[in-house]
Amino acid sequence: MIELINVLLLAFMAVLAIAIARLRNLFAALMLSSFFSILCAAVFLVLDAVDVAFTEAAVGAGIATVLGLATLILTSAEERPPPSRSWLPLLVVLATGAALVYGTLDMPHYGDPNAPVHQHVARHYIENTPTEVDVPNLVTAVLASYRGYDTLGEVTVIFTAGTGLALLIGGRRRRGPGERHP
Amino acid sequence: MRHHIILRVVSKLLIPFIMLFALYVQFHGDYGPGGGFQAGVIFAAAIVLYTMIFGFEAARRVATSDLVQALGALGLLLYAGTGLASLFLGGNFLDYDVLLSDPLHGQHLGICLIEFGVGVTVAAVMTSAFFCFVGRSRP
Repeated sequence: MIELINVLLLAFMAVLAIAIARLRNLFAALMLSSFFSILCAAVFLVLDAVDVAFTEAAVGAGIATVLGLATLILTSAEERPPPSRSWLPLLVVLATGAALVYGTLDMPHYGDPNAPVHQHVARHYIENTPTEVDVPNLVTAVLASYRGYDTLGEVTVIFTAGTGLALLIGGRRRRGPGERHP
Repeated sequence: MRHHIILRVVSKLLIPFIMLFALYVQFHGDYGPGGGFQAGVIFAAAIVLYTMIFGFEAARRVATSDLVQALGALGLLLYAGTGLASLFLGGNFLDYDVLLSDPLHGQHLGICLIEFGVGVTVAAVMTSAFFCFVGRSRP
């Protein structure tokens, strides 16, 4: 049953991706990419990654779509047709995709407890979270406590991006012709 | 958006619940899915919805660009400040065990504080980004 859901969701995502690539109307493409994010969140949900699904639904389908709409207001809602049709990009994409699929053949099965990624610190987190952090949500314990340093870096990145955006297109303080930047 | 009465009424009804849900996700992140990042995005979504329906001027009366940018910095400062506090109390940077006399309570306090910092920064930065675009699009 779960395989059927996975195949359906991934098939929908593939159809959407092709539709997005073929559309020239950017508004429609943006709406479809929002729908793509929702499907992505559903896939994460099937994989039991609830926190990631939550983030994908909120950021990918919500905020990213709104910021995309705001960008369309500033630019144009119609993409210019490409000057010439070339088969080279399709070939590059197909070759890269084939290489990636070939790479997954050697990877351990999904949820395999003996996979290398589960041999390092994951076991420590799972075994010691109840005594060391005592938070029911293991994801929060790892993100906020064990890996608090990484999360601090992530928040710094978000803050830096926001500040950079405000400096680039915030554009509130216009300097007059007489004023010079020191 | 003056004439879209259905949108106006429905969003007016929904916005308080969206904000309440953001706070739930924020402070329930220890027990269920969620946390500061998701809560911040949901809170920003409520402000974005308000701005889209009621206009930029109305939204700016509550959340000015200066305020949201200052809040973005404050959230990050709260996070880093929690780390520094644990450093001065004799632990490692971001080691919450030393924040309170009981290490587990210290962990709870530390996680709550830094998650709140994350939530404030994410909500402020997302709102500020949206305001940048909207402020740009009107002459």
